[in-house]
Amino acid sequence: MILVIVQILLGVGIFFGILGNIGVLKFPDVYTRLQASSKCGITSVFSIFIACMLLKGFTPMSGRILVIALFFLVTGPVTTHIIGRRAWKRGVLPWRRKRSKD
Amino acid sequence: MDISILTLDITIFFLMGVSVLSMVRVVIGPTSEDRMIGLNLVLAQVSAILVLTAVKFNRFIYLDVALVYAILGFIGILAIAKYIGGEKEKR
Repeated sequence: MILVIVQILLGVGIFFGILGNIGVLKFPDVYTRLQASSKCGITSVFSIFIACMLLKGFTPMSGRILVIALFFLVTGPVTTHIIGRRAWKRGVLPWRRKRSKD
Repeated sequence: MDISILTLDITIFFLMGVSVLSMVRVVIGPTSEDRMIGLNLVLAQVSAILVLTAVKFNRFIYLDVALVYAILGFIGILAIAKYIGGEKEKR
C-alpha cells in the first residue's frame, strides 16, 4: 500500500519537474519564468522528499531528509523574492502582448 | 523493494535529463536574472538527485552533501543578487 503512495508521489515530482523546466525555457519574461521556477520546482522537489521519507519510515535517514525539506521550504520563497526585487529595481519591464496598431 | 528501487532510478534519470532544459536557459538568458533563475532550479534538482541516491544506496553521506550543497547555493545566489552588478537598464 505504501509503495503505491510512494510511486504516485514520485510521479507527481517527475511531472512538475518537466513542467517547471519547460516553463523556464519557454516563457517570455523574467517574472513569468520566476513563477514557473518557484512553484513547479519547489512542488517537485518537496513531493520527492516526502516520497523518500515514506519509503524509509521512522529512521534517522528520514529525519535528515526532513531537515533538508524544511530548509528548501524556507529558502525557496526568499530566493525568489530576492531575484524578483533585483529585476524590478534594475528596471526590467514586465512583458506585454504586442498589440497591432489599428 | 525491487520495484521501488526501479522507480527511484527512473526519477533520477528524468531529473537529470530535464535539468538540461534549464541549463540551456542559463546559457542563452538575455538578462542576468534569467541565469540566476535557471541556476536556482538546477540546484534544487541536483539536491533532490542526491537525496534519491542516498535512499537508493542506503548511505548517509549523500544527505550531508545535499544539505551543504543547498546552503552554499542559497548563499551564492544571495551574494550575486545583492552585491554584484545591478546597473540600471535603459528603458
